Amino acid sequence: MKLTTKLLAATAICGAGAASATELEVMHWWTSGGEANAVSKFAEAWNAAGNTWVDGAIAGGGDTARPIMVSRIIGGDPPAAFQFNHGRQAEELVEAGMILDITDVSEQEGWADIITPSSLLDSCTYDGRVFCVPVNIHSWQWMWLSNGAYEAAGVDVPTTWTEYVETADAVREAGIVPLAMGGQSWQQNGSFGVMALALAGQDAWLAVNQDKDSEVVMGPEYTRVFEAFGAARELSDGLNVQDWNQATAAVINDTAAAQIMGDWAQGEFALAGEVAGEDYSCLPGLGEVALLDTGGDAFFFPVTGDPEIEAAQKELAALMLSPEVQVSFNSAKGSLPVRPDVDLTTVNECTQKGLDLLAEGSTVPSGNQLLSPDTTTQLNDLMTEFWESPSMTPAEVQEQYAAIIADAD
Amino acid sequence: MASIDTDARSRAGRRPNRLFKNMNAKLASLPMMFTALVVFLGGTIWTITYSFTSSGLLPRLEWAGLEQYARLWSSRKWLVSIENLAIYGFLSLILTLVIAFILAALLDRKIRGEDTFRTIFLYPFALSFIVTGLVWQWILNPQFGVQDVVRDLGWTNFNFDPLNNPEIVLYGLLIAGLWQGTGLIMCIMLAGLRGIDEDIWKATRVDGIGTVKTYLVVIIPMMRPVFVTSLVLIGSGIVKLYDLVVAQTSGGPGISSEVPAKYVMTSMFGGQNLGQGFAASTMMMLSVIIILIPWAYLEFGGRKRG
Amino acid sequence: MADVGILATTKAAEQIAPRTLDGPSGPRPKRRFSRANIIVYGTLFIVAVYYALPLYVMIVTSLKGMPEIQMGNIFAPPIEVTFEPWVKAWSEACTGINCDGLSRGFWNSVNILIPSLIVSIAVASINGYALSMWKFKGSEVFFSILMIGAFIPYQVMLYPIVIMLREAGLYGSLSGLVLVHVAFGMPINTLLFRNYFAAIPEELFKAARVDGAGFWAIFFRIIMPMSLPIFVVALIIQVTGIWNDFLFGVTYISSPDRYPMTVQLNNIVNSVQGVKEYNVNMAATLLTGLVPLTIYFISGKLFVRGIAAGAVKG
Repeated sequence: MKLTTKLLAATAICGAGAASATELEVMHWWTSGGEANAVSKFAEAWNAAGNTWVDGAIAGGGDTARPIMVSRIIGGDPPAAFQFNHGRQAEELVEAGMILDITDVSEQEGWADIITPSSLLDSCTYDGRVFCVPVNIHSWQWMWLSNGAYEAAGVDVPTTWTEYVETADAVREAGIVPLAMGGQSWQQNGSFGVMALALAGQDAWLAVNQDKDSEVVMGPEYTRVFEAFGAARELSDGLNVQDWNQATAAVINDTAAAQIMGDWAQGEFALAGEVAGEDYSCLPGLGEVALLDTGGDAFFFPVTGDPEIEAAQKELAALMLSPEVQVSFNSAKGSLPVRPDVDLTTVNECTQKGLDLLAEGSTVPSGNQLLSPDTTTQLNDLMTEFWESPSMTPAEVQEQYAAIIADAD
Repeated sequence: MASIDTDARSRAGRRPNRLFKNMNAKLASLPMMFTALVVFLGGTIWTITYSFTSSGLLPRLEWAGLEQYARLWSSRKWLVSIENLAIYGFLSLILTLVIAFILAALLDRKIRGEDTFRTIFLYPFALSFIVTGLVWQWILNPQFGVQDVVRDLGWTNFNFDPLNNPEIVLYGLLIAGLWQGTGLIMCIMLAGLRGIDEDIWKATRVDGIGTVKTYLVVIIPMMRPVFVTSLVLIGSGIVKLYDLVVAQTSGGPGISSEVPAKYVMTSMFGGQNLGQGFAASTMMMLSVIIILIPWAYLEFGGRKRG
Repeated sequence: MADVGILATTKAAEQIAPRTLDGPSGPRPKRRFSRANIIVYGTLFIVAVYYALPLYVMIVTSLKGMPEIQMGNIFAPPIEVTFEPWVKAWSEACTGINCDGLSRGFWNSVNILIPSLIVSIAVASINGYALSMWKFKGSEVFFSILMIGAFIPYQVMLYPIVIMLREAGLYGSLSGLVLVHVAFGMPINTLLFRNYFAAIPEELFKAARVDGAGFWAIFFRIIMPMSLPIFVVALIIQVTGIWNDFLFGVTYISSPDRYPMTVQLNNIVNSVQGVKEYNVNMAATLLTGLVPLTIYFISGKLFVRGIAAGAVKG
């Protein structure tokens, strides 16, 4: 089965590449060192097949790049491919018939059998048809701890959230900030989501995020989460940083003990020459409930009406999931491949933990897949307000959180 | 005033079809009419129309009535944004006018090195708000900016960290905003002062009126058109305040430095809720119109000036 | 003043605002080192420090290596001067997979700037001329709409303009972008031109009419030659606005090969991940600002005089 798939992929690539050399413009917001390196793996593979990759990089993340992509689509002159987080963000474009249906590529390549977890392909599927290519997996559910900071505080590196909170005083006495948290709203709301899954458990978390059950928000499981989040707010006193990587830097140089952040933070540790297990430790699911969400990035291909470009778009879609490209791309990006039948070039202790969890199926859908961007924005605003206003109590934020969930679609 | 007389003059001359009167002027103004009607008015009507829909990522005519407005006014972030804009706007307006006027008056005192000073005050205008925000974010950074330097000088208790303190974050924005914008206004003021007749100064000196009092009582009232131009420039800058906030504070800490234009942008492109963004921008335009229409009528329309 | 001659090339210009051109008019300080004088210079000096400080920080930082930046304070002069960040910002910094720095977009920006500049200033000056000297029924209404338009945040107009350009068949082209710059530069420039032209003595206009000159003849032969300062003002405002624009350039030009320089600047400065290279950021910022800054330094005097005549007599 796998062999035939690979052969099919290979023939598809060679066949189309030989038939026509096409120029495709690809828009994305991957502009930092590791990200740009990862994109160049796509570009190299694409150019190697005799085509031309025209790079349309717009820095500043989705909020800067998205209006430009949407303008291009509305204006009738779309790029050949563009990056979006998969999930609900592109729903409307698909409904409006602006995105190319790539179901035939998916069937030809056997994506349904390859892509793991299958929820990734599901979030690219609308009404049974496939409209995007998931290219990687990123998970939020990690806590990064500085071994050096705990050594300085004279306590063992905690292995659960409970231990972490118990040792926080010792850390504080050593002049180290227990928790590093950046000032941007997505970081605070994201951390809350991680704590909710870890402390309230999968059932409660899904009831809130998937079923939008606001009573569960007011229930005892979530009450515990809000109180813990309130306590975490105090643990972060004394460190004022904005960007997430500045917060990671504080963990790296031992001025802060820990950070709750997605697996992309590992790229920062790697850049700083830190070794997993020696210089830093990682706790998937905060050491409480080891579940990973499967967010990530996907590429969409707008409808252009040009059969030649359409063929090339499909060719690119197949290429992005080919085993070689999956390995080179994800190794450069620090994310996990969407197909389990490939081996990453470098795997450290933490990446291995992640791979193991994926392999055993300990996954949940990502926030992007469950909540609309509108709801996420409202939650971001609420959680950042709470985080920065010491006078706001966990009970207040809980009530407002429930109201947003009750209104969510 | 010339214009009014011109009008009268051409009316007194040959009197062809009303439509063809002043034909060249009308033809020449076509781009302006087009821009005013199609781009600004058309775009505004389009925006208002779609504010009554539930448009998400794409503009779609799915009517939602007043839902977007109800949600807008129940949003804490929107209320905070408006309050911030009111405070920032008030302070920025007053301080820009005062600082720009004082600097202009000082430069107008036959000083040496006027060109140098003027260039120093003006150059920030050449830099975009994104750059302005970035540089000031850096200078105000407590770890290696002003606070750190002053502490190194010996005042170890010195605390100045506006970008991380919700109470004073608006002043952090103000410091950067004034830096970027006062230069241009100062130049306009300076130009205004240069237009004041020397005889007026002589006359006030003869009457024994003090320098400060002369400025307040005599000079400023004579500079009304200068202040009008300045007000349009400052006012439009305040309403559009967005890039600076994004670059300098991203609206934080928390939501303490959010502004309406950022609310619009975050709703439209972050939250993919165009309808909400359009409702917010409609409210913004409405307030501008409420303030501007009577003033524009007095200033530009209906009334003879001279 | 030395360069008064540049301005007063025509007799008419002297007639408009003779006071404008002969320097300071404020009360003359009595003695060179009087107390008032010390206060004047002291205040100016302190304020100048506030204005100059960021530029100083940017220049100093752009000449330091990263290790030095991370260790020292931002106001300290560089111990070891390096031009590496400048080279990197100009020709090596990566934006996406293209690693050729700001140089990639420089000529694109020039290509956008020149036609936008010419068309927008031409249109705004003619608007101002028609509004001040050839008023017609309704002209003030259009002008008022423009003034309100000055207060609309650009971003709100993003999609309606996409739709307009698409319907006109101009979406993605340079001419479409030029039109957008013309439209958004129109309010403030029209206001400036209108106020400037309104100050031109009526007699001049009457005389020309008596001689049989029409709309265009008066504009080109009489008004334009005596309005150099206000054209310089409009030029500077437009150069700054168009050169610094990021949003329109990247939205209405649909080919990455033709993106303006600010797209690269954004990509260099706004990349969130990895170590922030402050020195390269600052060098990139200064390089991008070089065009408007140069124009300021060269035409500073003209600028002030132009504003003088434009804003004063409104």
